[in-house]
Amino acid sequence: MCNSVLQVDVIIPTQTKYLDLIGSIGEHIAKDIENFSGDREALAYHLNLVLTEATTNAIKHANNDPKDTVRITIHIQDNELNIKVYDHGQGFDLESVPLPDFDQPRESGMGIFFIRTLMDSVTYTKQSDCNILEIIKYL
Amino acid sequence: MKLNLEKMNGYSVIFIQEERIDAHNSGELKDYILHLIEQGEVNIIIQLENVRFIDSSGLGALLSGYKNAIAKSGKLALACCKQQVISMFELTRLNRVFEIYADLKEALDNEA
Repeated sequence: MCNSVLQVDVIIPTQTKYLDLIGSIGEHIAKDIENFSGDREALAYHLNLVLTEATTNAIKHANNDPKDTVRITIHIQDNELNIKVYDHGQGFDLESVPLPDFDQPRESGMGIFFIRTLMDSVTYTKQSDCNILEIIKYL
Repeated sequence: MKLNLEKMNGYSVIFIQEERIDAHNSGELKDYILHLIEQGEVNIIIQLENVRFIDSSGLGALLSGYKNAIAKSGKLALACCKQQVISMFELTRLNRVFEIYADLKEALDNEA
């Protein structure tokens, strides 16, 4: 499988009204990826969902500055789709996020579960000026 | 959150008029359902025909409504979900919690 290089770089205010925009970008990308033989509709939904959840997470963890922003990059090269979401908040410990309890479901805590389940790799790194949630999906 | 409310066979049927339920509007949906239950409308069907996308916060809003309805000896069922929306319930096993009906008639027949 050989896709041409695609790079999208978006910066949004930390407001949930932009989730639709970010999710839609993922959906459009999935529908346009070249030489993808899998279920394109499912990939479109999954990218929409993963970008929505990751951006929501960044907004939730943002600092209280109204001028704060979230940066989202999407990069596709060869068969790797790479998403990075940058936030400027306190950050969180990805490894301590538990799996949902399916027998006693709770109203929150399913976002990271979706990202982990639908994508191939998820990491969260804290840097001096920002935190980066990096998500990789092999196409 | 755009929605309509109709009373049918003793059920409060909420017709969601949005294509997307995400963290931007799920809080409003959660509050709306809770308000309905507090007013004594504890038997609820949510019609999701127009919804083509739901995220974890949307599922959380529906689960909140379900738990609150059950706590008041009521019911909360779903109808007309698109396949991709159903797959989110399957992924989180919430399809074992909610009754999900193919159409409104089936929901009203079975829940009444």
